[in-house]
Amino acid sequence: MKKYCCLSILLCSLLGHCAAQEGNALLQKVRDKLNLVDNYTATGVMKTNISFLRVPQAEVTVYFRKPDKMKIRNDKGISFVPKGAVTISLNSIITGNNFTVVDGGTESLDNKQVRVLKLLPADENSNVILSTVYINEKAAVIVKAKTTTRDNGTYELHMQYGRFISYGLPDRVVFIFNTRDYKMPKGVTFDYGDARVQTPGADGNKDQRGQVEITYSSYLVNKGVSDDVFK
Amino acid sequence: MWNLLQFELYKTFKKPRTYISFGAIAAIVFLIQIALLINGKEYVQFILSSVDETLLIPYAKVTNGYWICFVILNLLLIHVPILVALVAGDIVAGEASAGTLRLLLTKPVSRTSIMVAKFLTCVIYTLALLIWMAFLALVVSVLLFGRNDLVVAKQFELLQIQQSDVLWRYFAAFGFAAVALIVVAALSFLLSTISSNSIGPIVATVSIIIVLTILSEMHIPLYDNTVRPYIFTTHMLGWKGFFYINSSADGQTIPGSVSDGASIVRSFFILLAYIVVFAGSAIFIFQRKDILT
Repeated sequence: MKKYCCLSILLCSLLGHCAAQEGNALLQKVRDKLNLVDNYTATGVMKTNISFLRVPQAEVTVYFRKPDKMKIRNDKGISFVPKGAVTISLNSIITGNNFTVVDGGTESLDNKQVRVLKLLPADENSNVILSTVYINEKAAVIVKAKTTTRDNGTYELHMQYGRFISYGLPDRVVFIFNTRDYKMPKGVTFDYGDARVQTPGADGNKDQRGQVEITYSSYLVNKGVSDDVFK
Repeated sequence: MWNLLQFELYKTFKKPRTYISFGAIAAIVFLIQIALLINGKEYVQFILSSVDETLLIPYAKVTNGYWICFVILNLLLIHVPILVALVAGDIVAGEASAGTLRLLLTKPVSRTSIMVAKFLTCVIYTLALLIWMAFLALVVSVLLFGRNDLVVAKQFELLQIQQSDVLWRYFAAFGFAAVALIVVAALSFLLSTISSNSIGPIVATVSIIIVLTILSEMHIPLYDNTVRPYIFTTHMLGWKGFFYINSSADGQTIPGSVSDGASIVRSFFILLAYIVVFAGSAIFIFQRKDILT
């Protein structure tokens, strides 16, 4: 009996070790693909959907440089970019080895089988508590990432790939984040009409979800990005 | 009639006090522009402090000429009625107290013509004041701060209007503001008709506007459902309606749209009705008045 118990424990730990190794290997494949890109300049259309914000669609230029420098710029107007959108990128999630990979098995996402990996930061003071990535194993790309932070709640990234999949770059990114209500004193705004009618979804000080979607039209990969862009 | 109007305009614009309003507007606009040129970022931070943690706000782009103009109008259009009352409150009562009204009525023109000419003078003065304000607030601000999208802060919403979609809104807003200020001119004109000294109508106009503005802005149910929809100060803010852009279900603004056009039209006609009632009453009272001074 004792022998069987020891054997099953050994088998379980071996299986766990193998799964983690498999997860690490898969993550490395994704990382290798992302490493093909040192920098890029991409153009696209950004749509913002936040309960208190009414903004037009914006033509934006997205600049990226390894390891985690990112800038979203609207040269033709004003764009309100969620802070997390430039700090929580795919590279920032999976760069380095300072986390433990836990294999979460497979799941169906948009009718496609994806591999789920949970990344637990080794540094207990890290702002990120847990990242979960959903990987298309065949293409070695992340299709969804969910990151829970200490300060700013949970961020979600949804990626759709097409023309630039060979670089691991998405055609469409949806970034979902937590946002709080916006309110100004009536005495400052002097609104016309009945301002007491709140925007749909606005409810006291409760946290809400905001969404930013960028549909890319072109990428200029590894052609260099100036330092001035990120200032 | 044209001669009478020219005569009234000459009298009004010959008085140095007429230009106090133009000087006051220039001083206020320049002070606001200088303040926002130096501390514009802090002001935007104050307005957008509740979203500053979530969003990256391009402060330098937000503080552009269109936005500065909106801030100036927001601050000034509450106070400009006082400046309008300075001239409109004096136009009949000033002559009564100076003893020239009887002399004026010895001319072979009807009392109605005299009153119409005086009211048109008030209207022209109000329009001149508004054009001066538009020039300083819009043209000078755009020259100083440049152009970009306009961000409008409402109590529960932030609206962004593309720069190509802003200018027509300002023309419409100034047009609406002209009607709103003519209501004040008409009220002051009416009070000027029933008074024999010019201080009374000016102070009375200012007092009425202060009381009614408080009633409009207090949002107490007792007044909201009874008085507020009918008082003109509620509708004077209608110029802002042109900046309340409509949006689709997913929060994207629709260029060229206005979220509540019907309310603006209703406010416009209510203000027109006030003008007709105030100016008509003034003419009616003046026709039956014993002119003793």
